[in-house]
Amino acid sequence: MTIMQRYSALSLLRHALGSHRGWAPAWQSPPLRDRYQAIIVGAGGHGLAAAYYLAKEHGLTDVAVLEAGWLGGGNVARNTVTIRSNYMRDESIPFYVKSVAMFDGLTRDLNFNMMHSKRTMVDVLQTWGMVRDRRRRKLIMDIYGSTYEDIPVAELRRRVPALTGGGPDSRLPILGAAVHTDAAVNRHDAVAWGYARAASAMGVAIHQQTPVTRLLRGPDGAIEGVETPRGTVRAKTVALAVSGHTTTLTETAGLRLPLRTINLTAFVSEPVKPVVDVIVNCPDLGVYLSQSDKGELVIGGATDLGQSFRRDIKQSVFEDTVSALLELFPAFARLKLMRQWGGHLDMAHDASPIVSMTDIPGLIVSAGWWGGYKAIPAGGAGLAHLIATGRPDPLVAPFGLNRFRNLDYVVETGTTTAR
Amino acid sequence: MLLIDCPFCGPRNESEFSFGGPALTPRPSDPAAVSDADWVDWLTVPPNPMGLVEERWWHARGCGSWLTICRHTVTHEITEVRLGR
Amino acid sequence: MAADPYRLAEGGRIDRSRPLRFRFDGRDYQGFAGDTLASALLANGVRIAARSFKYHRPRGVMGAGVEEPAVLVELKGDAASGNRPATTVPLTEGLVARSVNAWPSARFDIGAANQLAARFIPAGFYYKTFKWPDWHLYEPSIRRAAGLASAPKEPPQGAYEARHAHTDLLIAGAGPAGLMAALVAGRAGARVMIVDEGTEAGGALLNRCLTLGGQPALDWVAAVVAELAGMENVIHLQNATVWAYREHNLMMVQERAPANSSLLGRNWRVRAGQVITATGAIERMMVFQGNDRPGVMLASAAQAYVNRWAVPPGRRAVVFTNNDSAYAATADIARAGIEVAAIVDARDGVPDHSRALVPGIEVLAGQAVTSVRGGRRVRAVSVAPIRGGADRQLDCDLLAVSGGWNPAVHLYSQSRSKIAWNEGLATFVPDAPAQAVRAAGAANGAMELDRALQEGVAAALAALGDLGRSGQVPELPGSDDLPYTVSPLWTAPGAGAKSFLDIQNDVTVADIELALREGYSNIEHVKRYTTGGMGIDQGKTGNVNIIGAVAERQGKSPDEVGVTTFRPPYTPVEFGAIAGRRAGPVVLPYRHTPLTRWHKNNGAVMYEAGARWRRPGYYRRAGESFQDTVNREARTVREGVGIYDGAPLGKYEIKGPDAGTFLDWIYTNVMSSLTVGNGRYGLMLTDDGLILDDGVAFRLAPDRFLISTSTGNADAVGQYMEKLLQIERPDWRVKITNVTSQWANATICGPKAREVMAAMGSDIDLSPDAFPFMAFRDGHVADLPARVVRVSFTGELSFEVNVRPRDLPALWKAAMAAGAPFGIAPVGSEANHVLRVEKGFLSLGHEVDGTVDPHDLGMSWVMSKKKDDFIGKRSVELRRASGRPRRELVGIRPLDPNRQVPEGAPLTPGGRKEATEGFVTACVWSVVENRWLGLALLTDGRARIGGRAHVRLPDEVIEVELCDPIFHDPKGERLRS
Repeated sequence: MTIMQRYSALSLLRHALGSHRGWAPAWQSPPLRDRYQAIIVGAGGHGLAAAYYLAKEHGLTDVAVLEAGWLGGGNVARNTVTIRSNYMRDESIPFYVKSVAMFDGLTRDLNFNMMHSKRTMVDVLQTWGMVRDRRRRKLIMDIYGSTYEDIPVAELRRRVPALTGGGPDSRLPILGAAVHTDAAVNRHDAVAWGYARAASAMGVAIHQQTPVTRLLRGPDGAIEGVETPRGTVRAKTVALAVSGHTTTLTETAGLRLPLRTINLTAFVSEPVKPVVDVIVNCPDLGVYLSQSDKGELVIGGATDLGQSFRRDIKQSVFEDTVSALLELFPAFARLKLMRQWGGHLDMAHDASPIVSMTDIPGLIVSAGWWGGYKAIPAGGAGLAHLIATGRPDPLVAPFGLNRFRNLDYVVETGTTTAR
Repeated sequence: MLLIDCPFCGPRNESEFSFGGPALTPRPSDPAAVSDADWVDWLTVPPNPMGLVEERWWHARGCGSWLTICRHTVTHEITEVRLGR
Repeated sequence: MAADPYRLAEGGRIDRSRPLRFRFDGRDYQGFAGDTLASALLANGVRIAARSFKYHRPRGVMGAGVEEPAVLVELKGDAASGNRPATTVPLTEGLVARSVNAWPSARFDIGAANQLAARFIPAGFYYKTFKWPDWHLYEPSIRRAAGLASAPKEPPQGAYEARHAHTDLLIAGAGPAGLMAALVAGRAGARVMIVDEGTEAGGALLNRCLTLGGQPALDWVAAVVAELAGMENVIHLQNATVWAYREHNLMMVQERAPANSSLLGRNWRVRAGQVITATGAIERMMVFQGNDRPGVMLASAAQAYVNRWAVPPGRRAVVFTNNDSAYAATADIARAGIEVAAIVDARDGVPDHSRALVPGIEVLAGQAVTSVRGGRRVRAVSVAPIRGGADRQLDCDLLAVSGGWNPAVHLYSQSRSKIAWNEGLATFVPDAPAQAVRAAGAANGAMELDRALQEGVAAALAALGDLGRSGQVPELPGSDDLPYTVSPLWTAPGAGAKSFLDIQNDVTVADIELALREGYSNIEHVKRYTTGGMGIDQGKTGNVNIIGAVAERQGKSPDEVGVTTFRPPYTPVEFGAIAGRRAGPVVLPYRHTPLTRWHKNNGAVMYEAGARWRRPGYYRRAGESFQDTVNREARTVREGVGIYDGAPLGKYEIKGPDAGTFLDWIYTNVMSSLTVGNGRYGLMLTDDGLILDDGVAFRLAPDRFLISTSTGNADAVGQYMEKLLQIERPDWRVKITNVTSQWANATICGPKAREVMAAMGSDIDLSPDAFPFMAFRDGHVADLPARVVRVSFTGELSFEVNVRPRDLPALWKAAMAAGAPFGIAPVGSEANHVLRVEKGFLSLGHEVDGTVDPHDLGMSWVMSKKKDDFIGKRSVELRRASGRPRRELVGIRPLDPNRQVPEGAPLTPGGRKEATEGFVTACVWSVVENRWLGLALLTDGRARIGGRAHVRLPDEVIEVELCDPIFHDPKGERLRS
């Protein structure tokens, strides 16, 4: 265990005088041992958060986080940093409300500036069906302390002056807007690095460039550890937080899961001076955007439902999103695409997450995080609880694998599942 | 934008097709005779390989055929296209 | 205004007979046709043309093409566009531009004060500070300071378009390798597209003074371009960028201001059989203290400015290199009259062929530039032996640098093909291809002209071979280009806090050293922590230097450090060009019924009805409130007669010997027992045992059925049925035809519907006995051939009159005329919603939200017990076997009859703030009960009928009485009448 170096304006000043030569590594690189009390596979947002909460809340530090590539290189490295809790079901809302609240305090908890910004999310409503959907969410969300606030179209135009489309004569006239006041954005890399730094300071061993190639089971069927090119690492508890690769790993232990790996994409514009202050979400047309502190517009939209382990974007999917964007922001036709990318993640059969023990004793999965960035703190804490106690905490209890046994889905989409 | 070689129409852009989900194992001919666990497995657990996957596509804006396509989930390479299942 | 004082009297590819006036940062200047904004600025002596992103350091033009990292401008007026490298802006008459990120101008920039704070804001500083009391305190000013150009305010004047193309061979780049490949493939008869980002073909040859076959190389270029122009099988685009390489060889091309059109741009989607990336190479910066000062320029850029634009970018130059290419550049700039003080070559051994190019110029081998003097522009440089020794000062106003060349592997890498480190070239070069792609020329590491031409030929021949064609090796003209060798110097001695690796994002050697010290050791960490390579140029000049610098510090080879991912686009592309014509009504094309115009002319407020249909929501009349209108329309149906347009309703004909078997499988109830002429309501479930859709099936003939689906689900249900038949039951003899658009209908409904039908005139016996509920009859209505169906979605006597779409306006007109004495009125979907709620009919999207099965809705009767199987049966049984309580459909009446309950409102135990036990799916003002009432899904709801429940709203609790969900005519006498 080491003492974490404090980050503050004062320390920055002090180190500046020493030409910044005094900064310590943000995390340790200890040698890989052959046995730990628990192994977390995947140093993405969920894996690192779980490691941090394991140490902090459960005092469990004999933990290895094994990462195939570089820490923070999972989907936490490629997403649209939208943090929100505008869900529809009793099972989901309290979980996301908790996660949003944990994000709100994360800069202080981790002594790492997440650049967390409660920018709010404005939903632009263009069909009566969507108006009804948002009203339903608003009323149930209120029970759990999450908020949607209706605003008239004129107020929407005031808050988002760049939104000049959707007028009365347009294809889908804007009928109203709802402001999700809890929504925030922050800096995704800071989330990964902040958790990694704090977990490492408490003694958790993060091993990068250590891909897990196989899960190992003992004669009793229980998990025994994992195989890596750097050798076998043993533990009685192995938790997977590897997003789209979940089934790739569980299948090495003969476990099949109701997950499909799909590709989710986003793109950014060139950086421009402030033009959009809030997160704008246009569910009817299928596009959402926010502007980063660097000035880039971060834009996401349609999904490609075909299975894919790729990190690029299909032109057809991309063009759908761009044309939707320009329908509401016609002046952005002059704005330029700077970079686009995709990430792959796994989606459960009912499109809700899975944080669960499995049929293999000692093997735990945290998967199906379709839009899992916002879930990192609460998902990580829930995974840590499961690792430490073997039981789910109440917030993640609805997301057990056992729900599929009787097809008791947690359906968030408001429609039937995608097949 | 995949290029799908429809056995009926020749190579066509993906935009002419609708995606119809992964090909599951064959539907149990008598669902009542299948155990609960097997039924849930058939219904909810699709093959999810980093590699070739079979999936259904409908040539909706073409000949109307349902196709089964063997596509690589990493490279997008399509190794086989056939009519029906 | 001085005419461009720095321009040479002759030479260059500018048209001195066409002077152009332009304005930059509020001052007027003049250039010539053929200039870029950058060359024109240099010709006018504008040295400080930009301010850097973070420190607001003065910057001048450093490059000559898309690689330009420093001078970004914002164009004003009709051509408004932000963040454009000045090197890629063709000069036009009246062009107005200003520097980005500087105020009031690049010359005098208030933000320059940031330079004083530089030591306090190293890489990642914001992660460590701005935390107290809250990030929100600092964020607004940081946001204002960030971002470069201002955001566009107005849509562009003019249009973009998209075009599809298919080609045997797409060649990206019309430099020597690309042109040669096009020539070979074009002569062989293949369909060829050659696309180049420059305003004219030639690539690097435009910037150099080389000969081919003893003639100026550009003569060869002109001859090839002329020959290609004569080939019908070749499309040659200039001023067009291949910006993305997608799966299955789909190439995205953005053509700017296409010739012979008024378009702003054209987005080509090119499906190429084979691709050759002949995208050239990009020169690297050298990394030393002060390497960003105005006057520091890529050697190739200095060469380009003298050769192509006749602009010497300085008077006295020092050249700093680690490779041979800078010697030819030196020779060219010296020939243009620039005094060259010395060539500083980091290599100990300088090849003789290079020295021979620069007779009389001092070559300082094994030395490096270690610092630059001059604040606002270079005045002198310090040069010192790399292995240590006394430094020496050289006066100069131009420092031309060459850190070696990087093949432009961007497109090649986007194709998912591998790139690999080449030790000899000290850079990444194309390796194994993942698609049908080859790299050729400098893009493949062939840095010398003769090799580039040979590779162009070889790539074309190989591509032709893969296309099943053959080609001829053309005569290869010999060139006077010399061999290229390089020995990397990743960072010069003393490189640190003022040594820029990423010029655009102000990332220095000190920054990456800090990142490494703090454990951000992976190249992705370095990039993200320092923001190196994340600017608009996406690190074109700097990324490999960052990798090199990291490798040097980690004691690894650059190969082990790895490369960051190349992502589209190669250069920024306007969103307008990407969307093309997909704007306005064609974003989601309308589907409208033959009556759309009538509806609009009669006060209808149109609603989106699903599947892109629009339907009347209600027909507004003067003096009515919304609720008045809905009440009036609903009452019209309950008390008199109404009419609505049902054309969008999904309709399918199911035909074949196994049609009945098929319907029995996809519906929960039995359809095969229907007799001809009769129909039945049914539900379809998903395999998950959840409701997919509802509709009515009629038997038209022993082997022929007509089914209806909900409007929004029609296409999905059609797709689903086809899939089941073609994939699951290919042996069943069933054919499905979508007849949604073949049958349009109007439904006449209400107690007086029969009178109206009679008044319209029909050869069908309309009496209840002859034509009962859930039957259909073919015949004529108002002399129009019609199929009349007795279904009811309102609970009243209804005749759904189906006709050919072209007859629908006539039918409607006849109904309105015949119904006038009975007070007929059109009814919109709002009133229909009231009517169906009063009857407890389900609605998709209200009661059916992806979680319910038929039992939940009190429709157990629709679940056949006779059939062994139907889709969804197994899953419904499995789910119900758990015994978990279900949410069931109930009716609700607020205790206060005048209290409306919002649709979607949650029901909680006692109205407390806790987990819900259900929600209100619908709530309407009932015209039969004259009060608000509604439907809800409530846990164990049916058992609780007669009791009460509580709607929990944020500020109040509404108590409701629970009742049977059918409020009106529970026995169905009216609809059967």
